[in-house]
Amino acid sequence: MYQITKKEILSAGVIRMEIVAPAIAKAKRAGQFVILKINERGERIPLTIVSSDDKEISIIFQIVGKTTIAMANMAVGDSFQDVQGPLGNPTEIENYGHSVCVGGGVGVGVVYPLAVALKEKGNRVTSIIGARNKELLILEKEMKQVSDRLFVTSDDGSYGVKGFVSDVLRKMIDDGVTINRVFAIGPVPMMRSICRLTEPYKIKTIVSLNPIMVDGTGMCGACRVSVGGKTKFTCVDGPEFDGHEVDFDLLNNRLKMYLAEEKQAVETCECGCHGK
Amino acid sequence: MENNETKTKKEKVPRQAMPAQEPQIRSRNFAEVPLGYSPETAILEASRCLHCKKPFCVDGCPVDVDIPGFIALISAGDFAGAARKLKETNALPAVCGRVCPQEDQCEKLCVLAKKGESVAIGRLERFAADYERNSGTVTIPLPPKANGKKVAVVGAGPSGLTIAGDLVKIGYDVTIFEALHQAGGVLVYGIPEFRLPKSIVSAEVDYLQKLGVQIELNALIGRIKTVDDLFADGFDAIYLAVGAGAPVFMNIPGENLNGIYSANEYLTRSNLMKAYLFPQYDTPIVRGKNVAVIGGGNVAMDSVRTALRLGADNAHIVYRRTEAEMPARKEEVHHAHEEGVQFKLLANPLEYLGDEKNTVRAIVCEQMELGEPDASGRRKPVPTGKTFTLEVDVVVVAIGTNANPIIPSTTPGLETNKWGNIVVKNEGGATSRTGVFAGGDIVTGAATVILAMGAGKKVAQAIDEYLSTKSKG
Repeated sequence: MYQITKKEILSAGVIRMEIVAPAIAKAKRAGQFVILKINERGERIPLTIVSSDDKEISIIFQIVGKTTIAMANMAVGDSFQDVQGPLGNPTEIENYGHSVCVGGGVGVGVVYPLAVALKEKGNRVTSIIGARNKELLILEKEMKQVSDRLFVTSDDGSYGVKGFVSDVLRKMIDDGVTINRVFAIGPVPMMRSICRLTEPYKIKTIVSLNPIMVDGTGMCGACRVSVGGKTKFTCVDGPEFDGHEVDFDLLNNRLKMYLAEEKQAVETCECGCHGK
Repeated sequence: MENNETKTKKEKVPRQAMPAQEPQIRSRNFAEVPLGYSPETAILEASRCLHCKKPFCVDGCPVDVDIPGFIALISAGDFAGAARKLKETNALPAVCGRVCPQEDQCEKLCVLAKKGESVAIGRLERFAADYERNSGTVTIPLPPKANGKKVAVVGAGPSGLTIAGDLVKIGYDVTIFEALHQAGGVLVYGIPEFRLPKSIVSAEVDYLQKLGVQIELNALIGRIKTVDDLFADGFDAIYLAVGAGAPVFMNIPGENLNGIYSANEYLTRSNLMKAYLFPQYDTPIVRGKNVAVIGGGNVAMDSVRTALRLGADNAHIVYRRTEAEMPARKEEVHHAHEEGVQFKLLANPLEYLGDEKNTVRAIVCEQMELGEPDASGRRKPVPTGKTFTLEVDVVVVAIGTNANPIIPSTTPGLETNKWGNIVVKNEGGATSRTGVFAGGDIVTGAATVILAMGAGKKVAQAIDEYLSTKSKG
């Protein structure tokens, strides 16, 4: 069993947890993820490992459906039945020069370990993080610590720069700032707009994809995506890919495959909350 | 004189049928299809065995079961004894009694098969194993003297479970590392409940654990630890039995539309994750009304029969050759026919068409005809240029699997062939790395449960020899 040792509400509907998983904590590298299963009847859901120490791994999730509602109801001392990992290929971390880490929404939690690793490797790290509004912004303090420069945006202007993370990146490019590599992680529309922005300038842009998964070991193909016109399995070929080659429309479509079932699961959930 | 009389009498007993759920009823539930022999029927069937001096049936068994021996015990009414006899060489008799292709192995070589119908060896094996499990007469042999040597087994499928059982019985300290959250491999993720109830697999796994086998779940070797890490942890030998993991797609237009599954995904959702019990279980599966399964093997039959049980009005097999060339067991094809599966033969998918929500709505197939035999000896399907369209809302692609790349890509010096399968030097499963052995589907490509178990047995002997010699040297 994998016990929860710490639970922290980061913003409305976004929670950080620390879970005891020593072997995973020891083996994990930046960019890798775990698959969790709450109990016997639970589904398997993938989540990026945000950070780890000797014994625990830390994850961040947003409440979106039955499983994440149930996870939000778990308390310190409760345990997950299964945590499998680390999964996926670690991020290729080198000293690229000036690296820009772009995170949107809970994607900030995913880009954070990359920023840490890039900084350790000697990169000059600029980070751009954003959310719909001030309340939804996460990890500002942590990102500030590992970045040479941090920009914060909010869609409604309630905090930082009003607008999207892509607006800040566009301004940097327009200002002639040399950017050697971009790491963009967040909702699909955000990743797509960042990739469209950097492509004409041939700035290598790495994205981390979050399709539906089952086993996470390359066995089922649920997580297939199209990269450079070829079908890839995110769990073993990714989760990170060259963003200029990713078919984001396909990713978006496949993420919607179980909308009806997801709604039904919440409505019939025994907790009685009906997703509220 | 007496002998002759007995013989004449024996030949008169026909091969005993096994009762089964009616096709119209069973095609809508997930309970097991065949219901097993009663003790009376089992004794009657066992009485048909001629106890040949040279039992050819045993030659047909990849795990060397003493077939006449266990059948004699059934005849004598010692059912628990028959089960113990089976377990001397077969770690998973209740599984093998259900999923082995006996018609191509032991039963094919049975002397009675030449004269008519072979002894129903598989049904008797199933009976004895079920009897022992259900009557609570399972006994755990006394533990052997520990020899102090540690063996790591990677993968808790049929091959890994077999070798673990064999090695623990002769004193090895055995740990199985399983990537998923449950042990059993294809027995739990692939083979459906209606063919192999999962409670049987867990009973067999429990038995191995009682023998002393340790199982670490959620441990994907290559990621949480590499093969070299296992040596550093003190394991003296490693057996790689990771299966034929990666599903093959046809790479035709529209194949990534929603509603199109690999058989591995479709079956994993339904079997391992129990999506057929959604929403009581959390994992969903699309319950198609018009389902097409591409392929003609056992996995295709498992998938199409699962589709029926999930409520399909029309469940099709789409196969590019004819029924005569199908690799699936005849019994499985027969069951599928009985349950109302529709066979679209000589049909090869060219393209999938989607609706406005990017969900599959139809398959465009090319009509094929049979040409000259190909490398496999089967007549090759050739295109006719004619096409037809099949309306579908779920497609399951069951055309085979490739090797999973994780172990080879994280194990320096481990030789693989051009398909990514691990190369072994001999029947003992020796790989290009000293102390690393491999067997089952990761070596042969997708095959059967029993062949993977057979490999596990042979490698168990090879590892024992390797470690005995090593310690002397």
